[in-house]
Amino acid sequence: MTAAPIVDPKIEPDGLPTAPNRWSIRVRVPRAWRRPLGIAGVAIIAFWVLVALFAPLLAPFDPLAQDSPRFLPPSPEHWMGTDGVGRDVLSRVIYGAQISLPIAVVLVVLSVIVGGVIGAVAGYAGGVVDSILMRVVDLFFAFPSIILAMAIAAALGPSLTNAVVAIVVVSWPSYARVTRSLVLSLRSTNYIAASRLLGTSSARALVREVVPNVAGPVLVLATLELGAAVLLLSGLSYLGLGAVPPTPEWGAMVSDGARTFNNWWIAVFPGIAIFSIVLAFNFLGDALRDGLDPRSSKSLSDAEI
Amino acid sequence: MFGRFLLKRIGAAVLLAFGIVVVTFALTALLPGDPATAQLGERAAADPEIVAAYMKANGLDQPLYTQFFIYLGHLVQGDLGTSLQSRNPVLTDLGQFGPASFELAVTATVIAVIVGVGLGIVAALRPDRPLDHTLRVVSLGGVSIPIFWLSLIAVFIFSTQLRIFPSSGRLNPGETPPPHITGLYTLDSLLTANWATFGSAVGHLILPALVLAAPMVGLLLRFTRSSMLEVIGNDYVRSANAKGLPPGLVVRRHTLRGALVPVITVLGSAFASLLAGTVLVEQIFAWPGIGSYAYRSASNLDLPAIVGVTLFVALVFIAVNFLVDVLYGLIDPRIRTS
Repeated sequence: MTAAPIVDPKIEPDGLPTAPNRWSIRVRVPRAWRRPLGIAGVAIIAFWVLVALFAPLLAPFDPLAQDSPRFLPPSPEHWMGTDGVGRDVLSRVIYGAQISLPIAVVLVVLSVIVGGVIGAVAGYAGGVVDSILMRVVDLFFAFPSIILAMAIAAALGPSLTNAVVAIVVVSWPSYARVTRSLVLSLRSTNYIAASRLLGTSSARALVREVVPNVAGPVLVLATLELGAAVLLLSGLSYLGLGAVPPTPEWGAMVSDGARTFNNWWIAVFPGIAIFSIVLAFNFLGDALRDGLDPRSSKSLSDAEI
Repeated sequence: MFGRFLLKRIGAAVLLAFGIVVVTFALTALLPGDPATAQLGERAAADPEIVAAYMKANGLDQPLYTQFFIYLGHLVQGDLGTSLQSRNPVLTDLGQFGPASFELAVTATVIAVIVGVGLGIVAALRPDRPLDHTLRVVSLGGVSIPIFWLSLIAVFIFSTQLRIFPSSGRLNPGETPPPHITGLYTLDSLLTANWATFGSAVGHLILPALVLAAPMVGLLLRFTRSSMLEVIGNDYVRSANAKGLPPGLVVRRHTLRGALVPVITVLGSAFASLLAGTVLVEQIFAWPGIGSYAYRSASNLDLPAIVGVTLFVALVFIAVNFLVDVLYGLIDPRIRTS
């Protein structure tokens, strides 16, 4: 049955049915960014993005070259000192941004895709499909993230790629929960019903009507999760299950410095790098969350905990 | 009414536990790594007859679903396999390391609840004032700090430099542990009136527990604050204020009662974040708990042990969340019907 001919063509120029089609993200970005924490977050993230982009220009030394004296404390020449094999810590911290930032983005994008699709299908299909998929989500929530990631990383062997796989396995469920609860509340709205009555297929309705409305809250969650991804990745690397030496990864560098902590600068500076970028993502995510409308923000915090 | 609620919860928990078992089985069965070589050693594994006998004895020549039931049968009898490095049954190892982790986790939780909930209440009483903003930064800082880095700095400042707290282990080297009653050194030494050991055990416990509590403080602070603000907006709190009750009384008798109940629900997920931190903190403080055991197993590719730990911790997590659900249902009758 096609419902399309019933529609009076005169109504269409009103733009009423087409309005939700626009990719209007519900987050009111300008207001959120004007919050002090949001500004601080954006500034720190921008700083690290620039550092990652221009690492070869900024780094005073080769991050892998072992040609300086060992264990030099911070000095005008080596701002952050040198490590146990004579590498410049500042240069390694700078190059570390080239590893942590892109990997965190990849991690979150992969988790958003997996979690988003599963959550959207569960919320839109409802019924048995929904129950089964959500039990699976519960299942993955029950596994302690770092221990499951350790088991996976241990079984597949330590490498950055395997750490990424392990982290995606433990981090997609929160996106599935958020997407599902948002889709569930959207499904019963009038304009979705209207678009379905106009003959839109359910897949098309999902893409054209539902996705734009879900995008905002998921984006906020993704910002918050970027921080969590950096933390988990550096934690796995700290344990020797992520980046393999001599890669200048921040977590691995802290681990390296932990063995000789009397030379505190080796571990302290990469740690500050991790802390600052995670804090920045959380600042921004927190400010964005305040900019969301209360209903989506509720389903966000429900899914997050 | 409550009986039905309880039954539903038990059903959900059992279903979840079964799912966990399926996933851990899949982890052992499908992941690369040859169990025969791992258990028998290189030389015995080179002999096809020994391998065949081993496979037969352990049911590894059976189809996958039969293997699953064999695995399930072992689990029901408490057999989680044998650790490759310690050569002990994994369950024995867990029993040995469990109490240390439990002691650390409970202490950290108590600290986090007191500090996090307390600060959350303070923040909510004067929302959007300087103190509230400061506490928001504190809360975000707590969840953002890399816990392994915080541990190192805490050890460096308080152990190496100031020498206030010991940096590793549960007791000083050479000190005899108290007689085993519960396995918790603080409690056991207290029960046997062994004051010197008690002091030492508490001293060793404080620093790792404080570090472990940091992310949980951040989580609880934010949640308590928003829960308080939600309740403060309720009609019954407004009318309590309107009829002229002293503000302190309104907070204690009206707001807190409504606001603290939902906080119970976060304890379950906060506990999960605590478990994740345990691995890193225990490793740095040389705390002989399950986290250290998991780390040693993972770095030595001891698959039976790490899978056993994963299963055990997941089951503990389900149990904690089950208790939280039931407790919440007991306190708040609305939950039972929804």
